[in-house]
Amino acid sequence: MSYGETPSQTVGPYFAYGLTPVQYGYDFTDLANFVVAGPDAKGEHIRVMGQVFDGDGVLVSDAMIEIWQADEAGQYSSEPVSMDNAGFRGLGRCGTGTDADNRFVFHTVKPGVVADAAAPFINVTVFMRGMLTHAFTRLYFSDESDANGTCAVLQSVPADRRDTLIAARNDTPTGPEYRFDIYMQGDRETVFFDV
Amino acid sequence: MTGFKPRDWNSHAPYIAPGYKSTLLRGPTKPLVAIKPGLSEGTGPVFARAVVRDLDWDLTKNGCVNGAPIGERIVVHGRVMDGDGRPVPNTVIEVWQANASGRYVHKVDQHNAPLDPNFRGSGRCMSDENGNYVFYTIKPGAYPWGNHFNAWRPNHIHLSLFGPGFATRLVTQMYFPGDPLLDLDPIFLGTPDEDARNRLVAKFLIDKTEEGFALGYQFDIVLRGRFATPMED
Ligand SMILES: [Fe+2]
Repeated sequence: MSYGETPSQTVGPYFAYGLTPVQYGYDFTDLANFVVAGPDAKGEHIRVMGQVFDGDGVLVSDAMIEIWQADEAGQYSSEPVSMDNAGFRGLGRCGTGTDADNRFVFHTVKPGVVADAAAPFINVTVFMRGMLTHAFTRLYFSDESDANGTCAVLQSVPADRRDTLIAARNDTPTGPEYRFDIYMQGDRETVFFDV
Repeated sequence: MTGFKPRDWNSHAPYIAPGYKSTLLRGPTKPLVAIKPGLSEGTGPVFARAVVRDLDWDLTKNGCVNGAPIGERIVVHGRVMDGDGRPVPNTVIEVWQANASGRYVHKVDQHNAPLDPNFRGSGRCMSDENGNYVFYTIKPGAYPWGNHFNAWRPNHIHLSLFGPGFATRLVTQMYFPGDPLLDLDPIFLGTPDEDARNRLVAKFLIDKTEEGFALGYQFDIVLRGRFATPMED
């Protein structure tokens, strides 16, 4: 017997008090937030941030971004996600509605290279009102250009669109920051994957 | 093999669904780039049972301040499974919804219907070892939205699941049988295949209905399956 998949439906405009309650100031606990790796996690501590733009180039203030990544040794956690924000969690979730510039900002560590890949990357999922199905993309690192050049997934992307997946490193007084803007449409439309 | 079967796009809406206006500027327009699922898609977050606290799965109680929420109490039962009917155990189901009058607690909801001081409208539960889950809530009301003149969303509950891997992530909405707004709703109708979208409608079941307390509904959720190994074929 086979069963058809349950269709995806939009997260809508009012997800915050269910999915990101702590970030938005609602009285409920969260499963995931901007801390992907807390201070006790091993590895190079970085921030990953960006903005989301619609087809008119207008900033999206009601998107929700999730990330899932390996730790600094290139291992995906199979342990339950820790509910304190001290160590490595691997999962992050952030809405774009609380930052003054409608950014998503994650605190994490740079992942190691996982066993079946050639370059480090972070899985990124985009949800918002106006998307009936979420979209999967990947964040690669601008300071890994040699490794990026040997990554089969990145090389399978049309050359003129690869840049949309590369987050630019910026070393700031408060640590390294990678900028990953997401364009839903247009000349700079981010590459989304059929995973 | 950690891979999942490809997403069945016939069961889902296209990114651009013209009846739902916000998709026009927000849905990707270029073809998706196919990648062979690997470790990053085959793994995903797992959660300890402790993330579901006592009242998290009872929305009729978890927002109470000075009484009980207004509205019709319901209990939602369901089973999370994959396309081969195998149960998906121990997966978190996050739920959120409007109150009985169609108003969300969310600060940007401007609908002129009353908030209920005793109803927040969010919670979570977890499927058991057989994939079964249950939560209690108040039947949500319909609410207007700006998509077109006189647009109203049918009664619905939002649900979010991870499933066994990053690739099985699902955010969906559960609807109620017999709702006349379903045939007018561009979000429900965004899934072109009629059989597929009808899977979003819960079933009313008298034998899940609790005598004197709450109407019972069943909403099964089907996630993508794993590749069968040759042994299983
Ligand atoms: Fe809704």
